[in-house]
Amino acid sequence: MSLYRDTGVVLRVQKLGEADRIITLLTRRHGKVRAVAKGVRRTSSRFGARLEPFGHVDVQLYTGRTLDVITQVQTLDAFGVGLVGDYSRYTAGCAILETADRLTLEEAEPALRLYLLVVGALRALADGERDTSLVLDAFLLRAMAFAGYAPALTECARCSEPGPHRAFSVPAGGAVCPRCRPAGSAKPTVRTLELLDALLHGDWGAAEASEPGARREGSGLVAAHLQWHLERQLRSLPLVERRAPEPAVPEVILRRAAGLAPPAGSGPAGAPVSPGGMFR
Amino acid sequence: MYEGPVQDLIDELGRLPGIGPKSAQRIAFHLLAAEAADVTRLQEVLQRVKEGVRFCEVCGNVSAEERCRICQDARRDPTVVCVVEEPKDVLAVERTREFRGRYHVLGGALDPLSGVGPDQLRIRELLARIGAEDVKEVILATDPNTEGEATATYLARMLRDFPGLTVTRLASGLPMGGDLEFADELTLGRALSGRRSL
Ligand SMILES: [Zn+2]
Ligand SMILES: [Zn+2]
Repeated sequence: MSLYRDTGVVLRVQKLGEADRIITLLTRRHGKVRAVAKGVRRTSSRFGARLEPFGHVDVQLYTGRTLDVITQVQTLDAFGVGLVGDYSRYTAGCAILETADRLTLEEAEPALRLYLLVVGALRALADGERDTSLVLDAFLLRAMAFAGYAPALTECARCSEPGPHRAFSVPAGGAVCPRCRPAGSAKPTVRTLELLDALLHGDWGAAEASEPGARREGSGLVAAHLQWHLERQLRSLPLVERRAPEPAVPEVILRRAAGLAPPAGSGPAGAPVSPGGMFR
Repeated sequence: MYEGPVQDLIDELGRLPGIGPKSAQRIAFHLLAAEAADVTRLQEVLQRVKEGVRFCEVCGNVSAEERCRICQDARRDPTVVCVVEEPKDVLAVERTREFRGRYHVLGGALDPLSGVGPDQLRIRELLARIGAEDVKEVILATDPNTEGEATATYLARMLRDFPGLTVTRLASGLPMGGDLEFADELTLGRALSGRRSL
């Protein structure tokens, strides 16, 4: 049995037996690691809530026969604390964790760049200074680039003819010129492709100046491109709340309001603050 | 990997709580070697539990009738509704003997990583219930973990504009009987922000 220490992000937790959990970590030096946290579900556990999803932790493990075993944990960043207080950011964070999990196929295969990207994206989401949806799309584009299948954006995916192009084909690999364009290609606006290029290269000034229409269209292209390259569909991506819905059901509120006096001192609940921040 | 039905059985058993791949394999081969009558009996018991146990049409708790015992009990305060994830959480709160209101069982927590979104839980039923009944307080008693907290956040936002409705969250803090120095920073942080005056 050998001991080792690393830092990592908790991607996923699964119940094991009565009180244990299998924790999937994306680590700095050992890539993806699946390890057992014994007794973690007991309220008396010394691990406490440190091994919940989104936790950025410093861990000590020993190599077991099938799974490694976590012996000590210290929190570096409790990103979950900031994320669970905002449903949009929570769902976007889940999509980041699931994508990172799915893109690291082999356990223990080094994935330093992806680890740094995940930590950066979660930090940006938890800080809440940049737009949640832009942070997620920037993460997805860069994660796909690391995996070797970033969409072509500024030149034709087939013949490399410089753009800007007006068609986008997921099967072809991104933007396509008029000559290469397959039937059924999407026709995004030039601004949408410019936004995606800005997100891929971390040009936040340009990304944040974008219009809602381009953001919506861009999110759709990114999701379609990612799903095309993954064998199974991501569970969390369709559940990401891109825009907060109107609170509650209006007619239910009205019916109730008809029979009830308005509560004392109930001012308008402040609009959700949206501007957010990531990879500076 | 085994062929066809044997592997299917191992996969199904492996999905049960507390059963790992090795146990699943052991149970599968035990069943394969068992008498046909024993397997039939097990099959019948499984069928009966699925058909005989219903869910309360009001609160979603397990029930023998259309409405559960608690929803039928006129002494329980209908103006306070405690929202929990699972039927077992109803039992946990009942054991405290502190709560005299009613319940709403969501059927889980919002967990996008497992494909569970708002439409998979009994959230619409909760909103309809608050609109139709004279509910004055909703207590969010989801689990104090990542998914439970996110679920409480989501519900609090959905409920915040209901006139005359108070939404509260179970206090969370330090486990009784422990030492402060061993508390993790999440738990200690929550205990600090939820402190009360004495
Ligand atoms: Zn071309
Ligand atoms: Zn009931």
